[in-house]
Amino acid sequence: MDGLWAPFVEFAFMRRALVASLALGLIAGPIGVLLVMRRMSLAGDAIAHAVLPGAAVGYLLAGMSLPALGLGAFVSALAVALLASFVASNTAQKEDASLAAFHLIALALGVTLVSIKGSSVDLMHLLFGSILAVDTQALVLVVGAVTAALVLLALVWRVLLASSFDPMFLMQFGQSGKWANQLFMLTVVLTFVASFQTLGTLMAVGLLMLPAIAARSWSRDIPTSCVLASLFAMSSGFIGLLLSYHVSLPSGPAIVLTAGAIYLVSLLIGSHDGLLLKLLPSARHRQS
Amino acid sequence: MTTAFELNDVTIAYHGHPAVHHISGAFETGTLTAVVGPNGAGKSTLLGAMAGLKRLSQGRIARAGALSEPGAVAFLSQLSAINADFPLRVLEVVAMGLWPRFGALGAIKGQALTAIENALAQVGLAGFENRLVDELSVGQLQRVLFARLIVQDAPAILLDEPFSALDASTTRDLLAVVSGWHLQGRTVVAVLHDLDMVRTYFPDTLLMARELISWGPTQQALTAEHLARASQRSLAWVDSASWCDAPALEHVHTERAA
Repeated sequence: MDGLWAPFVEFAFMRRALVASLALGLIAGPIGVLLVMRRMSLAGDAIAHAVLPGAAVGYLLAGMSLPALGLGAFVSALAVALLASFVASNTAQKEDASLAAFHLIALALGVTLVSIKGSSVDLMHLLFGSILAVDTQALVLVVGAVTAALVLLALVWRVLLASSFDPMFLMQFGQSGKWANQLFMLTVVLTFVASFQTLGTLMAVGLLMLPAIAARSWSRDIPTSCVLASLFAMSSGFIGLLLSYHVSLPSGPAIVLTAGAIYLVSLLIGSHDGLLLKLLPSARHRQS
Repeated sequence: MTTAFELNDVTIAYHGHPAVHHISGAFETGTLTAVVGPNGAGKSTLLGAMAGLKRLSQGRIARAGALSEPGAVAFLSQLSAINADFPLRVLEVVAMGLWPRFGALGAIKGQALTAIENALAQVGLAGFENRLVDELSVGQLQRVLFARLIVQDAPAILLDEPFSALDASTTRDLLAVVSGWHLQGRTVVAVLHDLDMVRTYFPDTLLMARELISWGPTQQALTAEHLARASQRSLAWVDSASWCDAPALEHVHTERAA
């Protein structure tokens, strides 16, 4: 039993890692569920990669300085998200196509920029993060970005749900529907800026999407799914960190693998549309 | 009688090809008008433009002063434009009709909740508040969307194919709601395909096939000759069509080439 909390009592770096992953899990729930519900599961992946070139520029200019990396990441991910939605609304291209185009460019550009100066160790750091190396300054940055994303999300929540259901409806009351979309992308970007330093651009998507998809196996209702997804993501952080400590696994992949395990279990036994439900004899039905 | 919507030489083109071509006329306040025409005739495009959702290539649509407030012209898109599998609660969907009052952040309670319950009862869905919309039938969903229109309480209401794919009893109930709006003096415009329904329930009709064919009291608008003319118009794009004379924005003139 001691093994459940001893690492966090004993080591400050484990405590900081835990706080960072709990904060990330909290925002990952609602953002992930909204991405899934709006059929943008892969858009999350695209934006995660769009973080890279900005972070690389930050790295080239200031080395492994977290504020510089964070600012660069924020700017480039936001630019890709806005460019993609600008192209989508002004040409016949669908948003997923333009997002795919821009994130592939961003990824290649990012890897090129890092290799100009850095070593492959630095590249690995950007791609996979190092949650165990989170210091107090990084923790403040993570928690600040998560807080900003949560506040923004609360402000646009109703607009987002309404326009997801009936895209034309809000247009009769002005342009709020359009802005909500951009602000939602901003919250997604903030989430990735917060998470790429700890989990890296590749692993961050895992913590965002896997708990959200798992939650959909348990509930159809959106608020319930969001709460469940947050709980799944936060427990993935906790369990993943313990695994990484006790079995000496790399921390980021351990967290995402835990989220993956929760997803697979949910897929099987989920109470809303788990696979096992479909195997049970389903002759029982209610009176008409 | 005052004019609710005045259409002046309205032309709306996609990639230069007009979907709505030089339509002029007026919807008087308090009238109940059906917009009729073959598929691809530009009915939905015209309705969208009246709702302010489409940009005109040429001409203008003037609204009465009372209709210039945000939300004063309620618009119901075709069911196919709605993501019915997005699991909102029925209560939340109907509450969207109160957007001008509560916006993105206001708490909806008290009188507003009563209004929502009354609207749901009026469309025959009392007690459905907490159901998720993705488990409703098409008919029930359309009833919910009508309840949303009822709480929106707009002086003008635009309906795009509101009765497509609905069974007889749902159609009858929702037609009663539309007739009620007419009696209350609201301006209602509906895109429809069922000519018997139009003749029975809609005093005025606008018949179009990209161009205006006829517009007026339903009896005179829907004569056999007008209907034949509407169905004979070729609605396919003709790439070699000449450009329309002196357009504000260039669009192809299909009339002569067709």
